[in-house]
Amino acid sequence: MVNHKISRRTLLTGTAAAGALSLTGLPARADISWKKYSGTKLEVILAKGPRGDNLQKYIKEFTDLSGIQVESEQIPEQQQRQKVVIELTSGRPSFDVIHLSYHVQKRQFEKAGWLADMTPYLKDPTLTPPDLVESDFSAAGLQYAKNDKGQMLSLPWSVDYFILYYNKELLQRKSIEVPKTLEEMATAAEKLTDPKEGIYGFVGRGLRNANMAMWTNFYLNYGGEFLDAKGNILSDGPEAIEATKLYQRLLTKSAPPGVAGFNWMESMASFTQGRAAMWIDADGWAPPLEDPAASRVVGKVGYTRVPAGPKGQFSSTYGDGIGIAAASKNKEAAYLLCQWVASKGQGARLLQAGGGVPFRNSIVDDPEVAKGVKTKEWLQSVIDSAKISKLGLPVIIPVAEYRDTVGAALTATLSGADPATELKKAHEQFRPILERSEKT
Amino acid sequence: MSVITQTSPAAAKEAAPEKQWRRPSYWPFVVPALVVVLAIIIFPWLFTIWMSLHEWKVGVPTTFVGLSNYLRLTGDPRFIEAVGHTLVYTALSVLLPLMLGTLAAVVFHQKFAGRGFLRGIFIMPMMATPVAIGLVWTMMFHPQLGVLNYLLSLVGIPAQLWVFHPATVIPSLVLVETWQWTPLVMLIVLGGLAAIPTEPYESAQIDGASFWQVFRFITLPLIMPFLFIAGMIRMIDAVKSFDIIFAITQGGPGSASETINLYLYSVAFAYYDIGYGSAIAVIFFLLIVALAAVMLYVRQRMLWTEMGGGA
Repeated sequence: MVNHKISRRTLLTGTAAAGALSLTGLPARADISWKKYSGTKLEVILAKGPRGDNLQKYIKEFTDLSGIQVESEQIPEQQQRQKVVIELTSGRPSFDVIHLSYHVQKRQFEKAGWLADMTPYLKDPTLTPPDLVESDFSAAGLQYAKNDKGQMLSLPWSVDYFILYYNKELLQRKSIEVPKTLEEMATAAEKLTDPKEGIYGFVGRGLRNANMAMWTNFYLNYGGEFLDAKGNILSDGPEAIEATKLYQRLLTKSAPPGVAGFNWMESMASFTQGRAAMWIDADGWAPPLEDPAASRVVGKVGYTRVPAGPKGQFSSTYGDGIGIAAASKNKEAAYLLCQWVASKGQGARLLQAGGGVPFRNSIVDDPEVAKGVKTKEWLQSVIDSAKISKLGLPVIIPVAEYRDTVGAALTATLSGADPATELKKAHEQFRPILERSEKT
Repeated sequence: MSVITQTSPAAAKEAAPEKQWRRPSYWPFVVPALVVVLAIIIFPWLFTIWMSLHEWKVGVPTTFVGLSNYLRLTGDPRFIEAVGHTLVYTALSVLLPLMLGTLAAVVFHQKFAGRGFLRGIFIMPMMATPVAIGLVWTMMFHPQLGVLNYLLSLVGIPAQLWVFHPATVIPSLVLVETWQWTPLVMLIVLGGLAAIPTEPYESAQIDGASFWQVFRFITLPLIMPFLFIAGMIRMIDAVKSFDIIFAITQGGPGSASETINLYLYSVAFAYYDIGYGSAIAVIFFLLIVALAAVMLYVRQRMLWTEMGGGA
């Protein structure tokens, strides 16, 4: 009996927290009225990926619990973002619940008022389980989810930290220690590079736009800040120039040829084939790296924090949230679904599948949950990164233009262009765009 | 019968003026087509022009700004580069398939064993989906792991960067485009070759013309109208090409392969700058009209010389 209870709890924690508590006979502090909106039909629009999979795989449990029917659809990220924006602009979206990318959409959604305010629901014990409290979300998560007025417009769902992946075998062969600083990393990368063998010390995103997500790790660690108090963009200052020099050095001296066109996919291909010794990217790639069918480096991969720069050590952070369309007619039912998505049970499953890292500390720090994570070293790198997490992009409306414009400057430095000149040129192009979109 | 007698006076009344002025009876038949054309061609066009005169961003109220979106275009280096990329890309991906397709057609026009089978194989690239092709070629282009560099290494040529370097990206993309669309040109030209009478060849043979002379002075002039059609189709396809470029490079590295179409897509659907995007669309349309006008002019000239030659 005891065994049965424990396994039940670890499996269903959170999702059925209230239910499980009442089953065990403990007095529940408050009950969620799961069945209140029974019979409602909800539409969910998801970006394709492990988070969407996680929702769809277990959605039947939610329907059994609440009687709410959920129709969900996964669309590739870029197209999903477009579809969501176009439908929300029309004022009559076909969906109630939205999976959103904070680092691209936060400002845009807030300014347009597309999301419903969740603050009252969070305080309502008939809608929110007692363990779901604001303080359980990491600082980055709250920063993403809240607007200037302190309203919660979404629930932080899954966070992406940037981490350093390294090939233990290649490092050992040249007796190189895991680098602690960016400078050490660049030197190590040069030592590890052996073009005759087809082995390169470092790989990472060179492709315009995508490369910004990696570059900001360098920028933040060189002491860079994106915006000043008045909202002016600062990423062409001395810190940016130094960070770009490092970026240029790494990707031209010790990265595979053609890296200027690499996104994470091509980088991962190099790394899984054992052709690259170190790789900085988002934390979600442990499953493919440890999959014997897709990778030649299974069991040889080390995971650690992004090395420190001269002005500190930060991990660029990005994230997804789940929110309710302001135009939805089923907001309470939609909220029930959102809090289920962000629940401990669902978060634990996401973490254990390696598909994402929940924003909730109570999940990531839970030793019971950790037992179910296959790659312990990976989990440790994520926990460590959470402590040095910092938003990886400026919170502005024209994020896409910013990534494209400055990203193109970075790519240009890989063909030998001067970092300072390129950054200056890019920011001259970008400043009027920022001005235009933030002034209104 | 009784029905007819009842209605006949009314019919007679209407029949009388009909003799003087016949109402055009085709109008009701035109209406459906007219509505469709208005709804899906004329209206979107007028609306695009109207949007291009506004500062129109998603989620923000719109304001009328006159021609300032167009003025912004003149000082936008990304747009000017994109125009250049479009022209180079189009020129190359019209010329190469035309040349290779003609060559292939001449070869496949000869009679040899297994011709039908080989023709079938040759046109297979045309049947594939461009996006799928794009993804396959991306992996083939991979500088470290791609099969192309492996093949080059077999004959001692150093590894190339293909789509991963600004200088080689457009030719590499044109390679894919050429691979896919040469068969189309070949099919059109084959049709042309089949229509050529055999007499000119016989007399040329008697006069002792070489293979090249036969091709240059008999075959080429006679298949010119077909080449023109093939060229027209290729030009239209190449100018609006999006899928292959987007799937392989997304306009990169940097913006080295960004054509107007790709830039337009970014502006309208990634930056949600609808007004500016509309202005680009209008200019793009004008560019296509200009290209089509040039083609038509060339065709007119060609018809004239053909007639002159015949007389």
